Amino acid sequence: MSLTTTRPLDGLRARVDRFTSRRASWIPVFAALGILIALLVAGQVYFGNFITPRVLSSLLLDNAYLLILAVGMTFVILTAGIDLSVGAVLAFTAILGARLLSEGFPVVVVIPVMLVGGSLIGLLIGVLIQFFDVQPFIASLAGMFAARGLAFLVSLSSIKVEDPVILWLQTKLFYIDGWFLSPTGIIAIGVVIAGALVLQFTRFGRTIYAIGGNEQSARLMGLPVVRTKLLAYVISGACAGLAGIVFTAYQGAGYPLNGVGTELDTIAAVVIGGTLLTGGSGFVLGSMIGVFVYGTIKTAISFLGAEQSWTRITIGALLLMFVVVQRVIVARSSRR
Amino acid sequence: MADPTTTPVLDAPVLQVSGATVRFGRETALDDVDFRLFPGEVHSLMGENGAGKSTLIKALTGALALDAGVIRLDGMPVRIPSPLDAQRFGIRTVYQEIDLLPNLSVAENIALGREPRRFGGIDWRAMRRLASEVLAELGLTIDPASLLGSHSLAVQQLVAIARAISTDVRVLVLDEPTSSLDADEVAELFRVIRELKERGVAVLFISHFLDQVYEICDRVTVLRAGAVVGEYRTTELLRIDLVQKMLGREIPAAPVRRHAEPDAETPSVLGARALSRGARVRGIDLDVREAEVVGLAGLLGSGRTELARALSGVDRPDTGTVVLDGRELGIPGPRRGIALGVVYSSENRRTEGIIGALTVRENIVLALQAQRGVFRRMRRARQTELAASWIEALGIRPASPEALAGTLSGGNQQKVLLARLLALAPRAILLDEPTRGIDVGAKVEVQNLVGELAANGMSVVFISAELEEVLRVSTRIVVLREGLVVANLPAEELSSGSLLALVTQPDDGA
Amino acid sequence: MTRILRHRLVLPIAALVALVLVNTISRPSFVSITVRDGQLYGSVIDILRNSAPLMLVALGMTIVIATRGIDLSVGALMAVSGAVALTIIDGSGAPDSPATLAIAIAAGVAVTLVFGAWNGFLVAVLGIQPIIATLVLMLAGRGIALLITGGFITTVTSTPYKFMSQGYLLGLPFAFYVSVVAIVLVAVIQRRTALGVLTESVGINPEASRLAGVRSRGIVWGAYAASGLLAGFAGILYSSNIMAADANAAGQYIELDAILAVVLGGTSLMGGKFSIAGTVIGVFTIQTLKSTITFLGVPPAVSPLFMALVVVIVVLVQSQRVRGGTLRLWNALTARSTKDAEVAR
Repeated sequence: MSLTTTRPLDGLRARVDRFTSRRASWIPVFAALGILIALLVAGQVYFGNFITPRVLSSLLLDNAYLLILAVGMTFVILTAGIDLSVGAVLAFTAILGARLLSEGFPVVVVIPVMLVGGSLIGLLIGVLIQFFDVQPFIASLAGMFAARGLAFLVSLSSIKVEDPVILWLQTKLFYIDGWFLSPTGIIAIGVVIAGALVLQFTRFGRTIYAIGGNEQSARLMGLPVVRTKLLAYVISGACAGLAGIVFTAYQGAGYPLNGVGTELDTIAAVVIGGTLLTGGSGFVLGSMIGVFVYGTIKTAISFLGAEQSWTRITIGALLLMFVVVQRVIVARSSRR
Repeated sequence: MADPTTTPVLDAPVLQVSGATVRFGRETALDDVDFRLFPGEVHSLMGENGAGKSTLIKALTGALALDAGVIRLDGMPVRIPSPLDAQRFGIRTVYQEIDLLPNLSVAENIALGREPRRFGGIDWRAMRRLASEVLAELGLTIDPASLLGSHSLAVQQLVAIARAISTDVRVLVLDEPTSSLDADEVAELFRVIRELKERGVAVLFISHFLDQVYEICDRVTVLRAGAVVGEYRTTELLRIDLVQKMLGREIPAAPVRRHAEPDAETPSVLGARALSRGARVRGIDLDVREAEVVGLAGLLGSGRTELARALSGVDRPDTGTVVLDGRELGIPGPRRGIALGVVYSSENRRTEGIIGALTVRENIVLALQAQRGVFRRMRRARQTELAASWIEALGIRPASPEALAGTLSGGNQQKVLLARLLALAPRAILLDEPTRGIDVGAKVEVQNLVGELAANGMSVVFISAELEEVLRVSTRIVVLREGLVVANLPAEELSSGSLLALVTQPDDGA
Repeated sequence: MTRILRHRLVLPIAALVALVLVNTISRPSFVSITVRDGQLYGSVIDILRNSAPLMLVALGMTIVIATRGIDLSVGALMAVSGAVALTIIDGSGAPDSPATLAIAIAAGVAVTLVFGAWNGFLVAVLGIQPIIATLVLMLAGRGIALLITGGFITTVTSTPYKFMSQGYLLGLPFAFYVSVVAIVLVAVIQRRTALGVLTESVGINPEASRLAGVRSRGIVWGAYAASGLLAGFAGILYSSNIMAADANAAGQYIELDAILAVVLGGTSLMGGKFSIAGTVIGVFTIQTLKSTITFLGVPPAVSPLFMALVVVIVVLVQSQRVRGGTLRLWNALTARSTKDAEVAR
């Protein structure tokens, strides 16, 4: 019997054991949280006025689009896939929306069109991967090219957006005691919560984890693997569409060259937030922390007055560190 | 020994196979096989590699279709086109690799697919409760909220069984369930199996550990070369007879000129000193001398392959050393081994030997070329010459150096692999199952070759599951069992009977 | 006849020939070559010249793919080498001196060689997935290039530097000679030494190669270093063309173009046997395709859409499932009796 009953050790040891056996995949998320806190504290120490309601509120405001993208990307990466198209899809839906608005289409039509547009590209990528055995990065790279080309097809230059509804999303600020929140921020938080709930409480969500854990086993267990994988990419595309809406509100215009490199920022945020690239382990809340880490670094760099290109370099370095550590841990545990 | 008070009622089989036949091209994997499984019994399928066990299991679990024959469930003929269909019929399998999800919790692994709901979403508390109930039925107390991956393989296996029985299960297939378990864990597994017997579940227990088969199983069916040798009760069949039925009698071929054993003064070329690696090589001491053929005999899992790999440097040992010419030398990798003149021929010639998309010529010169380095490329003419001479020496067919290695038959692929290694002019060569899956003619050729190599001074380690072959080829035989050396004797002092006895001798107290 | 048809270069050559034919038919001026001051001009000449950067990158990509890997950082590395070289020239007092040129090019290429070796280290030694390992530089590389240029798009005036991409030698564009030299060098190194067959061995079956004593780690490492080196030269050519170091535009999307060229040429993404000749044909095909798109009046910014379409078509054609489906369809349509159809199944 001894191998299956938990040994009654002293309370603390037993608690720690139980924690690690239940929540081991939370540990990278806590690491990310630790890094975020460390960065904020360091910023405060160095600059003096870093941890203020204004700066923190701006974190959400400025990175709402990235937050939404990260949620979609989390779904995809959890299935051990990757979606390199999100930046281009964001640009495409943004310029499409701007163009439609400028030609008089009502907002109630344009917003759904943007969402559907993103979802369709995601579906296409999912179909290539699932039914034609194309590797995810090739399929999504093709999607990225297609979306970027489509964006330029819609318009070669930027188009200003003057629709009051869209602009309201960004400019309307709810003030609470020095903190401010925009509708885009609310949307972003909403997406995070929705994503977390779906992953935790629906069979679809658990199947996402299952596919990342062992796709073959998931299939043998009778889980709807095909449907789920397709849906993951559709969600990523839809999130890119929604991010396009948010980004358009943020910029007040659509611009076909938007989002170049954003997919890499998104992947970096998700990985830094504790999601394993090999799939099956990670949380939307972790990705949110990753986005805030990205935002904090960006803020710190602008405080420093340094080149914005340092942001990408720092993120790249952080990503590398996380990947190497992930690799070492995997190698260590498989040797056992 | 199986407990006689729980011997199953043998009147109506839950699963019955009649005339099952499966062919792969020209090979017959299953030949008119009849098989019966009764409720409440624990049954074992026995047979060596290639006997047809895995083919039969694949047919029963929906991974393979029969070319001829009928499967009946409770007397009704059924078709099982996919594993999911097999599950629906109540045939559930627990594989060696544990087809579960290590990154999810125990409760999810048990209940996912049938999870309890609340307000449209998953009711976690109810799911954990469900899991606890199922586990309790088997007398297990595993924390349902814990991640599956945080548990040992033994526990994961038990969870797999729990999932299997959480729905209506008629037949539970356990494929090599004890390969990674220690004695306590095996005892726990057997207790659970007995629970299942009580419930009337039919258990198909596949294992190469004879002692365990005899401990837990009521009946065995022996397969050899795709056909059924017989169905027996474990209480009525002696171990030694079982093994004899599994291995059968070899077709007598032309006698091999066995090379004489070298005299006692000959120094050791390659040796192991307290060599250990994992559970399969436990503190082994061994010496292989010049012009000697050491045959490693033992059942599956005894550690022969692991020992050979550790000796040749392919795998790094945990403790202990490899000695070369008396000097304690580490061999940290196959490159170093080759440089020192010690080469290993893997038993998985397809996955670890032949490079299928390259030509025979390229395969043969590969190791030689790798040794020479990138810049000293062998001239094409020289390569062809070398390949041609080996093709002739070993009788490789088709005799074209430009044929793609992947298109050759198993026997010829083995010869190409041998040519590659022999072209290095090694001092010691370790051959792991070189004659597996080869036709009789080629087998004899390889066996003769081994004799010639030894006659020319090479040290050879020869591994084969066929004891007759080991006897015929070796000058000295080392019997392994579960990672330990059980016997180390000159081949002349052994007969097929005595060798068989050494290989299958039960542990004390069985 | 069947032997010729079965040769693996048949499809790539056929595709290129078809493309050229279509172009020639729709605009006969496509194949016309004019001579001015002893130098050749024309659409075909443009293709020979403009394909040089892609040729270099694709050659490196071929080797990396052969080891079952991928290098997504090549575009960023192009930006880096251009940035390094132009910054040196800009900072030197003598932008026209051959010495400055030599130092600038050497430095630019050395930096990307080191970055390539870094990628190789991550993949071969640390065992990180190639996509992720090279993704890091894809992310950070352009930022590094921007830093080197101080955030600006450095422009220089240097006649010898400009010569590399715009100049002519014996009537043909100098850039074309660069392509040829690279092709010859890579082909010679791969086929005259044992490196080619050892690389293929590692790509086809890494474990069997290891057991046979092949130095897999070194080969994989070298592949990425070579890719970095070639990307460096490509970046020099690119910056020579626009006489500027544009960290964002340099080598944009060249990763996919290169992967596509390699795949078009018959090398499988799964690694193993590779074909330099195939890649060369693939590069010319893609360059011709781009020329066609431009001729059709499609704005260059939209061309990625067409490339995406080509990618999809190519992977579909190569996909087993599509092959299997079309084969069954073909058999079903041409089966003479039900027995034939059964046999075909």
